[in-house]
Amino acid sequence: MAIQLDDVRRAAHLARIAVDDAEAGAALAQLTRVFGLIEQMQAVDVSGIEPMAHARDLMLRLRADAVTEENRRERFQAIAPEVESGLYLVPKVIE
Amino acid sequence: MSNATLKELSVRLAAGDCSSVELTQDFTSKINNLGKELGCFITVDAERSLAQAKAADARRAAGDAGPLTGVPLAHKDIFCAEGWLTTCASRMLSNFVSPYDAHVVERCNAAGMVTLGKTNMDEFAMGSSNETSHFGPVRNPWNPETVPGGSSGGSAAAVAARLAPAATGTDTGGSIRQPAALTGICGLKPTYGLVSRYGMIAFASSLDQAGPMARSAEDLGLLLNVMAGHDPRDSTSLERPVEDYNRDLEKPLQGLRIGLPKEFFAEGLSADVRRTVEAAVAEYRKLGATVVDISLPNMGLSVPVYYVLAPAEASSNLSRFDGVRYGHRAAEYTDLLDMYKRTRAEGFGAEVKRRILIGTYVLSHGYYDAYYIRAQKLRRLIAQDFAAAFGQCDVIMGPTSPTTAFKLGEKSADPVQMYLSDIYTIAVNLAGLPGMSIPCGFDGGGLPVGLQIIGNYFDEARMLNVAHQYQLATDWHQKAPGGAQ
Repeated sequence: MAIQLDDVRRAAHLARIAVDDAEAGAALAQLTRVFGLIEQMQAVDVSGIEPMAHARDLMLRLRADAVTEENRRERFQAIAPEVESGLYLVPKVIE
Repeated sequence: MSNATLKELSVRLAAGDCSSVELTQDFTSKINNLGKELGCFITVDAERSLAQAKAADARRAAGDAGPLTGVPLAHKDIFCAEGWLTTCASRMLSNFVSPYDAHVVERCNAAGMVTLGKTNMDEFAMGSSNETSHFGPVRNPWNPETVPGGSSGGSAAAVAARLAPAATGTDTGGSIRQPAALTGICGLKPTYGLVSRYGMIAFASSLDQAGPMARSAEDLGLLLNVMAGHDPRDSTSLERPVEDYNRDLEKPLQGLRIGLPKEFFAEGLSADVRRTVEAAVAEYRKLGATVVDISLPNMGLSVPVYYVLAPAEASSNLSRFDGVRYGHRAAEYTDLLDMYKRTRAEGFGAEVKRRILIGTYVLSHGYYDAYYIRAQKLRRLIAQDFAAAFGQCDVIMGPTSPTTAFKLGEKSADPVQMYLSDIYTIAVNLAGLPGMSIPCGFDGGGLPVGLQIIGNYFDEARMLNVAHQYQLATDWHQKAPGGAQ
């Protein structure tokens, strides 16, 4: 399952990272090394083993369904790149 | 005064031998000189630190001081601190002034501790040498041509160089223990869930854990007493009774069973590190401990498993950095998609992008079972190895890192070589166990060697006891690099 240049481009698109051809080529060389290491996992028989998603198989707690956060919109928006009337501005998506 | 431990500073402040303002001035002036040469800090703000020190002195005068009131410390720049630039060593957050405090920072502030600054680190905690920081590398105070380890490299170097009596760190695959080992200080990664992750910028959430870095086991316990505790804002924060982690420091080690995993002493371990760690184990025998040979058969798989799971979690966690609500946004773009892509291409460094790509790939359609699910199954085997081992011993010991500090640039061209420097630490995070590193000697070139001590879940008090008794019998932890004295 050797990783290909198209895989790098697809992953970069899914991850929303712009890469040019030179960057994709360099990334492919590095990722090929890393996947050489990762492929060691394929040598072990894992049948019948339950996946462990979290340290110690923690059970997530539920909290009471109540408002716990105060409104801090102004503080949070003070550090935003672009806001107007309490809204975050991004380039137009619908013409 | 800057050569004193947390414990000593606590005693001096209580006796009125010095004020927090004097202490803080002493440390901030050292940070302005040696700290700059070593690149330990990303942000210092002497005025803000002094204001905290004055408040601490006033609190003491009012009879309201706790054990660490007025004692300064440094925070890794992964912890949000209100009003402080909090960058995670990334261009992406190079303009992010946090509007709130992390739980850890909140706890330290409530204890009256003084923030000396925000320490340098690998970008988003991804690295083992502190060379991936957007703000430049940190140098090891024992030899400025070598790395301090990472990702908590700035915290480690600051404590080693006596620029701070203690610092906070985080450890996802060894990021507290490996830099502690490479700089000759002590560092503890607690059991997963003991310290809240609230306000700690997320890397791999099922592995990330904050912990103390300091110069003695006793100091680690003092700081852990402040940092640990339940926090409802972190869904993985454990609800446990409050403990004094230093309660067992004075217990003798007679009858302690130390497990030595054969996998920790196999190929790849440098001869100097092996000799030094074996001498430390011999010292423990003198202190009354017995040694048991154990095996962690799946440990060799921990690095490949980690480099699937941690990037997978990182690719999800780091998707929040999109240039919309805070942080860097590209100056030029054509549409929304282009804005995201350029913002993230500019904001993230090479190692962070590499891990996001790995994570995105292993989680993508067609590869999920072969990589991600398989890695989770192997994670269980690794955790089961530890459970079996703790049936035969009380603590596990071995080297923290296969080598001492390596040269700047030596491993940065080959990610796999860099990843393998965490070969002895990663399995502990996968299992969620507590682990620590304490100094136990030097290699032939005068660089420090770390002894790793791994405990069972929630055995921090016993681990600190084991480390403290060694530090009563030896003085490796008191050695300071030349420039720091």
